Amino acid sequence: MKRTDLISPAVIITALLLAAFPLLANAFWLVQIGAQTFIYGIIALGLILLAGYGGMVSLAQMSVAGLAGYSMAIFGLNSAGLGLGWPLPVVIITAIILATIFGTLIGVLSVRTEGIYTIMITLAVATGFFYFTRQNYAIFNGFTGFAGIKAPVIGGYDLRNPVWFYYLCLIFAAFSYLAITHLVRSTFGVALQGVRDNARRMEALGFHVKAHRITAYAIASVLAAIGGILTVWMNDRIDPSSIGVGPAIDILIIAVIGGLGHPVGAFIGALIFTLVDNFAIDLIDRERFNTVIGAVFLFIVLFSPDGVIGWWRRLFKPGSSSARASSQ
Amino acid sequence: MKLFLITTLNGLTLAALYFLVASGFSLVFGLMRNVNMAHGSLYLLGAYIGYQFQEATGSWVAAIAGGFLSMALLGLLLQHYLFRFLEGQELRQTLVTIGISIIAADLMLAYWGGTTYQFEIPDALYGALRGIPVIKVYPIYRLFILVAAITVGIALWLFLNRTRIGMMIRAGVDDRDMLSATGVNVHLIFALTFALGAGLAGLAGVVGGSALSIAPGEDLRYLLASLVVVIVGGMGSVAGSAVGAILIGLTEQYGLAYSPTYGVVYTFVIMVAVLAVRPQGIMGRSA
Repeated sequence: MKRTDLISPAVIITALLLAAFPLLANAFWLVQIGAQTFIYGIIALGLILLAGYGGMVSLAQMSVAGLAGYSMAIFGLNSAGLGLGWPLPVVIITAIILATIFGTLIGVLSVRTEGIYTIMITLAVATGFFYFTRQNYAIFNGFTGFAGIKAPVIGGYDLRNPVWFYYLCLIFAAFSYLAITHLVRSTFGVALQGVRDNARRMEALGFHVKAHRITAYAIASVLAAIGGILTVWMNDRIDPSSIGVGPAIDILIIAVIGGLGHPVGAFIGALIFTLVDNFAIDLIDRERFNTVIGAVFLFIVLFSPDGVIGWWRRLFKPGSSSARASSQ
Repeated sequence: MKLFLITTLNGLTLAALYFLVASGFSLVFGLMRNVNMAHGSLYLLGAYIGYQFQEATGSWVAAIAGGFLSMALLGLLLQHYLFRFLEGQELRQTLVTIGISIIAADLMLAYWGGTTYQFEIPDALYGALRGIPVIKVYPIYRLFILVAAITVGIALWLFLNRTRIGMMIRAGVDDRDMLSATGVNVHLIFALTFALGAGLAGLAGVVGGSALSIAPGEDLRYLLASLVVVIVGGMGSVAGSAVGAILIGLTEQYGLAYSPTYGVVYTFVIMVAVLAVRPQGIMGRSA
């Protein structure tokens, strides 16, 4: 992977196409497909950092995103009249900070374990948080959750307008993508990959293994928080069903379908997932979305462990040393 | 006092159910390092198939046998046709089982629908036991679950500690490669263990479904219970599953009785505390 990757023709063409997309797309394609893909991609990007580069598969990304979303409702305004109504910038910063603390604590807990234990513990945390929000009415308003968390008007741009919301999500997606692509090549990113491949060796070399892992969790949490805030703005609401086990596993599905080996996998996976999500109805019986996406997921896991980008690499760049998805 | 005793009994009977589900999960993981995320699906499918058996034969015992045998067979097939080829690739195995559980949940919903099913339990187990000091009455069936779990626990212990195959399984938990090197057909042992673990899940499905009911979403609940129980109790040990199940079962019921809103939280406090002090679980040995 060379530095020139970032300004390759493919990247520039993709960027131009994405920027021009609103010229030819209607509101459905802009929000339900476009913005949704970017949001899923941002959250899954955190998982790719954790799983692909850190060797830690966390199923708690959606819980972190959910906490950020809930914070927007609790500290800001919602239609239940339960919000504290703090000023928007303060609310956003509070949401990101709280979610990051939450995600980092999950990291502190789960780095005590390795490999599959991490999946189990993060799944247990995610499920526990889901049940907690559903039972707790004092803070999370229980089963109903919150509605009426409207996207704001910033600098004259009404973010409820599909075009501006699309651009908002695009900007954050692009920013996140660039940040993570740089990060994984930084000293930290390379050390994290070292920790993934052989933690004991890195320990012996004097690296603080746990600190690296926990930092990765913190960074992934920031991404999840951004995704969570954009999600509540898009859906206008948040309730326990949006942070249940289904959505938690969806993020894993997205990352694995796309491929854990490169940050772009998050967005490819998100696009495939969103398209299947919206058009499975036309392909097969309307209720059987989960069977379709489950079968796609199973197929990819069984036949191309490094996801769609793995296929791409084998088809078009034979011989290139593809960064293996951590499938040990 | 009465509330406390009833809650304790409820906790223990819930623990019994958790033990039935989690012991199979733990055994499979201990031996094969296969985190079977579809374990909850086996529980639910076992319950549904058991229900069909009861519908067809009118016998609850047939439901129990049907739940156990059908899931044991399914476990055997899964191990033989799928997991055998993914050996040693823990993450991939986990992902595959997640994929299976998603599809299974959806197909079960398609076939059996969203309605709740109820088993008809035999008259002998139906009704309440009267004349217990302090508590006065308690459902017989819940006590039966307790007895059943203890029986299964002892049977498992005897099987693992007193038979030749059990010895091989324990040897495999300790060191797979050495077991294989001594000429044991490890694949056969693996398949057998998987069948046993899956069968226990199916059995638990019928037993648990008779106590409560069968409905979509139960798969997830028992997968989570199994996860937490084995994280707390330790992987691959029958005693660990028992300890974990008792801790979690009691905690859940006390939480429900005394502070309903935060019931879930206590379970996680225990999990976090165990992880902080003994990451391998209370009865687990460090890998």
